[in-house]
Amino acid sequence: MTDNIIEVRDLTKHFPVRVGVLFKKTVGHVRAVDGVSFELKRGETLGVVGESGCGKSTLAQVLMRLEPPTSGQATFEGRDMFAMKGAELRKLRRDIQIVLQDPYTSLNPRMTVGDIIGEPFEIHPEVAPKGSRREKVRDLLDVVGLNPEYLNRYPHQFSGGQRQRIGIARALALKPKVIVCDEPVSALDVSIQAQVMNLLGDLQTEFGLSYVFIAHDLSVVRHLSDRVAVMYLGKVVEIGTEEEIYERPTHPYTQALLSAVPVPDPELRGKRQVIRLEGDVPSPVDPPSGCRFRTRCWKAQDLCAQEEPALVTRDAGDHPSACHFAEQRAIVP
Amino acid sequence: MSIQDEALPVGTAPGTPLLRVRDLHVEFRTRESVARVLNGVSYDVEAGETLAVLGESGSGKSVTAQTVMGILDTPPGHITGGSIEFKGEELLTATDKRRREVRGSGIAMIFQDALSALNPVFTVGFQIEEQLRVRRAMSRKDARKRAIELLEQVKIPNAAGRVKQYPHEFSGGMRQRAMIAMSLALDPELLIADEPTTALDVTVQAQIMDLLKELQLQRQMGLVLITHDLGVVAEVADRIAVMYAGRIVEHSDARSLYRRPSHPYTEALLESVPRLDLKGTELRSIKGLPPNLADIPSGCPFHPRCKRVRDVCRTDVPPQHEPEPGRLSACHFAEELVAGD
Repeated sequence: MTDNIIEVRDLTKHFPVRVGVLFKKTVGHVRAVDGVSFELKRGETLGVVGESGCGKSTLAQVLMRLEPPTSGQATFEGRDMFAMKGAELRKLRRDIQIVLQDPYTSLNPRMTVGDIIGEPFEIHPEVAPKGSRREKVRDLLDVVGLNPEYLNRYPHQFSGGQRQRIGIARALALKPKVIVCDEPVSALDVSIQAQVMNLLGDLQTEFGLSYVFIAHDLSVVRHLSDRVAVMYLGKVVEIGTEEEIYERPTHPYTQALLSAVPVPDPELRGKRQVIRLEGDVPSPVDPPSGCRFRTRCWKAQDLCAQEEPALVTRDAGDHPSACHFAEQRAIVP
Repeated sequence: MSIQDEALPVGTAPGTPLLRVRDLHVEFRTRESVARVLNGVSYDVEAGETLAVLGESGSGKSVTAQTVMGILDTPPGHITGGSIEFKGEELLTATDKRRREVRGSGIAMIFQDALSALNPVFTVGFQIEEQLRVRRAMSRKDARKRAIELLEQVKIPNAAGRVKQYPHEFSGGMRQRAMIAMSLALDPELLIADEPTTALDVTVQAQIMDLLKELQLQRQMGLVLITHDLGVVAEVADRIAVMYAGRIVEHSDARSLYRRPSHPYTEALLESVPRLDLKGTELRSIKGLPPNLADIPSGCPFHPRCKRVRDVCRTDVPPQHEPEPGRLSACHFAEELVAGD
């Protein structure tokens, strides 16, 4: 067996755009994820970065099998994820868990913390026999750094950071192999964000987890990821190790994204290279022809409108980049 | 210590600053408890200057701004002390009529969430024109002309067409621009920006910050930038006020603060942010949680989370220290911190 736990090939997810009340007519498709391929190695963290609407959360939902894909393949430990049924699918649902962004809406306010974390055991009783569940929940609370005595409290009695820990404990309950983290720290304050990021790092080492870490904050992604995929309008435009992406980016979008991140050091003010993108991200209903980034790209030429650049390793770089004119440029000071 | 004796931060020329906030106290009273949300906040803003107010949720940064704007919800809010002077004029005792005059044309504010700050049932143009017509008695035609000019100033393409559109037809970044245009309509001398880019993507955030800087320079406006983002602050602030539990715990010029924080909370904040240019192993997180404002710890409110805590911190509220000329710190050991023990 390869050491790839998840392999994704040409995954697409299109949502139909319908108009009309009675006779709904499909007038187009939102191409949320449009041909994404990557692999996730056992024990590694793959960061997925991109701006709102780039398809990163849809990708998470398809990987969780919460949404069926429009086309494409994905395997989990070598077996086709989308063909799974019955017992095999139940097993898959145990093995891939998710931590959501908003700790205020992702926990049921009418359930106690014990019930929230213990609920996965109701669905998968084979993991913990009934008598031992209470104990398991206590252990989980302890693992995520919460007082096990908080079992009978309700979510509103906790702060944002503590709630996110509860969400993480719930994700850990079924001893998953992969956790998809969809913006797990973006709703938290800086001092709390660091606590949760450290916790995610510790849990990975302790349980040998693989993470798909989705975030819009490039600094957070760099801190936790081994490899990083940069998404723009439903496509991966550049993928590589954390060092390749941050030290030697070759795609203009990655370069612009990196240069836009403010660095907390006033000494660097005015000394950094700044690439300012014009305008907004185009609509995913009608993405530009050829390279999707060309409408905002300063390097765009006729070729970019005609031919879609493939995500391949090019002469100028040491990792795959979907730009006809890929070239290395150091952005991060 | 009287208010007048208080050491003033860098950049504060003698004379009257644009905005002078002194010893502001605000409480939120509910049936169960009294939360002391602001506990003596003082700062000055000069024309053309950017003061960043940095803090986490619940530190009181937005409440300070709302009190200055005169849009604090009362109840539950109660202003229990202090003064707010705008160009030497006391606002807290001013009449409602006078406060309305100052709001918009003296001090204007922009908010984090432009979609909920704009009215969804009126066009963007109408919302900009409304204030011009009411406050400046402009005709519909002149107001429309001015609205288009304002949208052009904030670099909205096709302003003449956009002026007739509704907020939902704008993208997030464009909406923020429209709100900035609206806040500038009455030519304010001071702009308070409450987390103006928090809801935006990085590339758009950079555009909006550039725009704010440019407009500030053109108009010589004072800017109070409220944010929790240490990166944004480092790029634009002249001076920084760090808030914790309703107090300003450190007040300093931007460079010195990042080079050598004079309060352990600032120090801890700087250590806890992941940085793009540094791939660290473990982030130094701040242990514990921000305090409950209805039950603020004795002594220094930061002491339960402080790694430099000593006995005196548990009992005595630290006075303002001036560890270096022009810097203020509410830590018993500010001098040691700055000297780099």
